[in-house]
Amino acid sequence: MIEVQALTRTFREVAAVRGVSFSVAPGELLVLVGGSGSGKTTTLKMINRLIEPTSGTVLIDGEDAASMAGHVLRRRIGYVFQKVGLFPHMTVVDNIATPLQLLNRDPARIRQRVAEVLELMELPPSLGSRYPAELSGGQQQRVGVARALAAEPRVMLLDEPFGALDPLTRDRLQQSFLDLRRRLGLTAVFVTHDMVEALLLADRIAVLNEGVLVQVGTPAELLRSPADDYVAQLLVTPRRQSRALDELLAGSAP
Amino acid sequence: MTSTVTEQLAFLPGYLTAHLQLALSALLVGVLFSVPLGVLVAGRRWLEQPVLGIASVVQTVPGLALLAVMVPLLALAGLPSIGFLPAFLGLVLYSLLPILRNTVTGLATVDRACIEAARGVGMTPGQQLLRVELPLAMPVIIAGIRTATVWTVGTATLSTPVGATSLGNYIFSGLQTRNYTAVLVGCIACALLALTLDALVRLVAIGWSRRRRGMLSLALGCLTLLYAYAGITLVRDAFTSRTTPIAIGAKTFTEQYILSEILAGQIRRMTGRDVRVVQSLGSTVAFDALQSGEIDLYVEYSGTVWATIMQRPGQPSNRTEVLTEVTRFLRDDRGISVVGALGFENAYALGMRRDRAQQLRVRRIGDLATVAPTLAIGGDYEFFQRTEWQSIRDTYHLAFRTQRSMDPSLMYQAVSQGNVDVISAFSTDGRLAALDLVLLADDLGAIPPYDAIVLASARLQDQHPEVLTAIRTLRGSIDGDAMRRMNLAVDRDGQSPVQVARTFLDRLLKMQLGQ
Repeated sequence: MIEVQALTRTFREVAAVRGVSFSVAPGELLVLVGGSGSGKTTTLKMINRLIEPTSGTVLIDGEDAASMAGHVLRRRIGYVFQKVGLFPHMTVVDNIATPLQLLNRDPARIRQRVAEVLELMELPPSLGSRYPAELSGGQQQRVGVARALAAEPRVMLLDEPFGALDPLTRDRLQQSFLDLRRRLGLTAVFVTHDMVEALLLADRIAVLNEGVLVQVGTPAELLRSPADDYVAQLLVTPRRQSRALDELLAGSAP
Repeated sequence: MTSTVTEQLAFLPGYLTAHLQLALSALLVGVLFSVPLGVLVAGRRWLEQPVLGIASVVQTVPGLALLAVMVPLLALAGLPSIGFLPAFLGLVLYSLLPILRNTVTGLATVDRACIEAARGVGMTPGQQLLRVELPLAMPVIIAGIRTATVWTVGTATLSTPVGATSLGNYIFSGLQTRNYTAVLVGCIACALLALTLDALVRLVAIGWSRRRRGMLSLALGCLTLLYAYAGITLVRDAFTSRTTPIAIGAKTFTEQYILSEILAGQIRRMTGRDVRVVQSLGSTVAFDALQSGEIDLYVEYSGTVWATIMQRPGQPSNRTEVLTEVTRFLRDDRGISVVGALGFENAYALGMRRDRAQQLRVRRIGDLATVAPTLAIGGDYEFFQRTEWQSIRDTYHLAFRTQRSMDPSLMYQAVSQGNVDVISAFSTDGRLAALDLVLLADDLGAIPPYDAIVLASARLQDQHPEVLTAIRTLRGSIDGDAMRRMNLAVDRDGQSPVQVARTFLDRLLKMQLGQ
């Protein structure tokens, strides 16, 4: 579904991403993990050409992403932003309708589709006439995901979508998202710096370090045989937390 | 007071309409030009700084100078150089900076995340601009438009000296004829207009940002109506001015207002043609306008042509010789005809308060030489630059303690209140008698003679010889005393120049019939 081949991006002669290659199968969720400056967001943005690759190729459904205009490519791909990026001067309905309007869908169908995605994201219809500033953080990101889903894209890109939310809201949104992608069979690339989130959500995880892809594998594979110290280090925290929790739970058991 | 207010209010529809036409059209073009320019340069640092820099420089030019400089520039380009166009262009330039700067600032402050989101959902650069960046920058841009609105409405009062009617006509002619009711009416009308337009633009801003549709459409509706009114009247004026081709110019002082009305009245009475008076033109603006055929007639003074336009040095000989030379020069060099001399002189002269002159024992300019180093002299804006002043100074060896340039209307007050000791007065000025000032004799003949002469454009000579015939009946009809009395009737007694002109023409007619 998505084929990334030898992607490289240099900013003023400094390579942010160096020769990264991976593929994402239809319906698969690949999580890109790495510390800050590891190149994970740059890699994600090169898939829909928000950042143009210096070299390398991206194939989507076998079609070269560079063969069409950037905005045409981006209209086919849902994108969820770390900073949500809702348009503050538009209502929730207008925000969600925007990608559909850009595709010149007919207004009656747009209204119908907006109502569908609101429901899909468990947002009450009454929220539709509100402005982003009048919503909670969790609601805002639900609208952000709804907007990305509106045009029924087959590919979704998510850039730390739940990073700025409180743990409870984040958990609820993660569950909604898992549920959603199973139902819709979405192919998705998801960026996070949180290894726990990666382990819980991913079909496969791709670990980036200083612009280089270090390892790609299922959560189980990574846990079983980390490719290097960096990957092992990333897994230390989730393991320790998990053990600590187990002990606590065991201790408090009746 | 109430009757004079009523009298002044009679001019309001005309002045206000003209003011609206100028300010609204300048603002519209300013917005249509500056917002796209702002969009173009925003974020391109190599363009942004130079363009904003140029706009700032334009802004530092005083409004009056900016409008006045349009006159020679337009004349160079062969375009109509007095009236609507120079005022309009000056005002457009003046509105540039606030709108441009706020467009650039407004666009720069749009959240980067929003712009990236706009790209991310698949907008083209144009769609990003129209759907996201401009709407989000709009409050800041509108704030710039509000600033420009207030500036433009205020600055439009300075259109009067370049020959465009505006509320400034109240202020300029009021200051010159000591009609403070007129000045006040002009200022208040201008302030109210600025506040009203500002309020409407503000309502647009509030309606926009708080998404109050009713308020937004009400404010936009009012603005649209005002624009429609200004547009319709502007088109109508353009058509009617074509059918009333005779325009008479008047410089910015009482005597000129009266004389222009006398010329206008006489032409109406004798030829039945409609005539238009273009008031309060700057001194050289009037001459340039006549030369380019944008006005047809105005009253000039032989000495001014001699000194300012022919650039002859001082020490001229007698009155007839100057008049003959001036007439020949204007005809041969400029194609302008001198229709005739009105009969009086309005000379530059040095004036003092009577008691002060007596106390210092000064009767002739020559008497000033010994006391000048302790005295202050005031002059109108041009005086100290003129060759007449060089001539006076050199002939009588004068060196004053201080010399100050000021508005002619304030100059007389200044000498009367003792702020300066000597002023450059005009010999027929009504304020001399009103304030009990004396003129010092120019016994060495340093100042050229200043016969009041009617100048006519080449166009008028060719197309309307009957108008010249009508004007010739005024030759020699006004002597110095008559002119002083008429000036006094306006400056001291508060009559309007139109009234004074009418009285004069009635009396002239009776005399001519009596003969």
